[in-house]
Amino acid sequence: MYNGGKIIAGLIIFVSLITAPFLLNVGQANETPEISLDTPVINQLSEKQCVESVEFMRSQHPQLLDDWRDQVVREGQTVYISSTGEEYEMSLDNSCLQCHSNQSQFCDACHNYTSVELYCWDCHGGGLAK
Amino acid sequence: MLEKALYGSKRYYGLVALLAVIILIGLAAYLKQLNYGLGVTGLSRDVSWGLYISQFTFMVGVAASAVMVAIPYYLHDYKAFGKVVILGEFLAVSAVIVCILFIFVDLGQPSRVFNVILHPTPSSMMFWDMCVLMGYLLLNIVIGWTVLGAEKKDVPPPSWAKVLAYISIPWAISIHTVTAFLYAGLAGRAYWLSAIMAARFLASAFAAGPALLIILCLILRKYTSFKTSAEAIQSLAKIVCYAMIANVFFFGLEIFTAFYSNIPGHMAPFQYLFAGVDGYNNLVPAMWGFAILAVIGITMLVIPPLRKNEKTLIWALIAVFVAAWLDKGLGLVLGGFVPNPFGRVVEYYPTSTELAIVAGVYALGLLLLTILYKVVVGVRAQTAVEVEH
Amino acid sequence: MNRRDFLKGIAAAGIGGALVFQGLDKFGVEAADMVPTSKRLPAKHWGMVIDVSKFQTEEDFRKVADACHSYHNVPAIDDPKEEVKWIWADDFEHTFAELESKYLSEEIKKMQFPVLCNHCEEPPCVRVCPTQATFKRPDGIVAMDYHRCIGCRFCMASCPYGARSFNFFDPRPYIAQVNPELPTRTKGVVEKCNLCAERIDKGLVPVCVEASGGAIIFGDLDDPQSEVRKALRENFAIRRKVELGTGPNIYYIFGGGGAGA
Repeated sequence: MYNGGKIIAGLIIFVSLITAPFLLNVGQANETPEISLDTPVINQLSEKQCVESVEFMRSQHPQLLDDWRDQVVREGQTVYISSTGEEYEMSLDNSCLQCHSNQSQFCDACHNYTSVELYCWDCHGGGLAK
Repeated sequence: MLEKALYGSKRYYGLVALLAVIILIGLAAYLKQLNYGLGVTGLSRDVSWGLYISQFTFMVGVAASAVMVAIPYYLHDYKAFGKVVILGEFLAVSAVIVCILFIFVDLGQPSRVFNVILHPTPSSMMFWDMCVLMGYLLLNIVIGWTVLGAEKKDVPPPSWAKVLAYISIPWAISIHTVTAFLYAGLAGRAYWLSAIMAARFLASAFAAGPALLIILCLILRKYTSFKTSAEAIQSLAKIVCYAMIANVFFFGLEIFTAFYSNIPGHMAPFQYLFAGVDGYNNLVPAMWGFAILAVIGITMLVIPPLRKNEKTLIWALIAVFVAAWLDKGLGLVLGGFVPNPFGRVVEYYPTSTELAIVAGVYALGLLLLTILYKVVVGVRAQTAVEVEH
Repeated sequence: MNRRDFLKGIAAAGIGGALVFQGLDKFGVEAADMVPTSKRLPAKHWGMVIDVSKFQTEEDFRKVADACHSYHNVPAIDDPKEEVKWIWADDFEHTFAELESKYLSEEIKKMQFPVLCNHCEEPPCVRVCPTQATFKRPDGIVAMDYHRCIGCRFCMASCPYGARSFNFFDPRPYIAQVNPELPTRTKGVVEKCNLCAERIDKGLVPVCVEASGGAIIFGDLDDPQSEVRKALRENFAIRRKVELGTGPNIYYIFGGGGAGA
């Protein structure tokens, strides 16, 4: 190979740099985020039931919030009937955040861990103690 | 072919380095704007569009002006423009990219810009502006690169490139018409609500754009091996002359309608721009500068000895270009907001951060232009050498 | 095959695959699960009639503007170039700049007019918004979706009434007391009066109407029996810049009975 020595050396340096994060953390596990449900409103609930099931919320909460927003702002709808027949006001501030008022130990815990940057708090959650 | 842009004279590297520095300063200023918001600019609730949008408007004109080289060459087989068409197309590419960047830096929420594509809105001229600008950019990149590549290989360009060139002609007219429609359909802005907006935009574009193109050709002639023929330059100069006459004529028509009709709402912006209103007059020097430079430029271009002498020609072209910029890049957009819907005057002054961002965007466009022109010069030089052999 | 055909094949496969993946993802909750609350105020065509004669003192305005701005988390910014305002007051000469006259009555000269978004029939802002972040609801309210706004400010250029404000910076520091029921806005979006659409959807009238103590009459302009239609039958009313074809729905009257002041 022409200039083979330099190429092989460069490749080795490149691969080591690229895989360094993995190599340096071999054998270790990152702690899963601790999501806290310890809020005054949740503690008082007899049945700890969210708008939908935990599995649904875990995978679908962005879509739910998006749909709620479109329905409230663009269609003027206000009430959501959940899969269990309960009625909820479609509002992040007035529904979700009433129970989950500990936004930094609940929402931010997972979102910081996964590096999915939230911009909700630019506008919402104004009534929460940060 | 890009490798032609990698090697050059010290002067070339110096220019690239200088432009890179200005771009970095502009970038730093833009980060400041992203962080704080558009409050770093001189914009206000009443003058909600400023330098960013006015420079965008001016540069769309420069981009459209490539058509003034394309029409004679592609439609009418005017061979003298054969060597210059590529310069026009690459000028259009850089200008359109500058336009897109100016819109981008003007947005309050730039990360959401894809909403325009996700939620298309045919009633909005801004949506169509995005469509036609993107299309025009693609057209010119593809045509320019293909034709230049064919020239490098000493083969005729593929026939589909010619078809695209034909399409680019009405497309060029459309980009500036749509941009004019942004303004001309707004009932609440008397200075802009005029049927002649699109015509005036095109006339001033066809004056400023080819003027810039000739200046660039003269610069290339002085510093590189790319020598544009005197015939091409003279033809372009005549186009600039007549386009600028049309531009000034159209402006005169606007003044007639406003002042003969005596409607206060129509007269007020002109009064603000040329005389000042209520003590506010920061655009008066610019507008009179436009008037005087336009007359000087047209006069010099109309008189054949002054036009034929390239030493005087360049000053005439600078006068025309600066005049067109003062009118479109300052007077048009800023004047449209005066007086505000309540009949009051609120003035606009750009801030240093804003000027840095403007400079950065222009520098980026100039850098792109430099690189593209370096490629053209390189290819031309190479094929000339091959012809010699 | 040669390299060119291979690359073309890869590109086609890539685009095809992307399209397939788009279709595979099934998300979105059922729209049928969401209903308007039965308390929503029904109307086809909301409008307001403002009795200017009832706005005599600064306090009359203050209480209306403060009610609106504090309820909706509108920031209080001093600089008039960058201020955000949903409802404010101006005199006749400026509110009705198109009706300028040298010989105005003494009474008109002293009058102050509450000015807000006119929620036009044919809103130019809706026509020019490139993302439909500004849109017209079926009940006539010109509403804003602050999530979608890209901050291009085309709507501000097109509004003939100067009704819209832009957030030149983060408004939060300028909000004295955040109303937790409603979100604030963020920097880089345009905002304006929304005719309290979220209150109407819950069966309440706009905050300014409540705070005005009867000076602002609110109702369905399409309902001949409504308060607003009654007020318009009995009083001479003017609107701003009618000649522009926007069809403003904010009417100004000069006293409860009889034409003029």
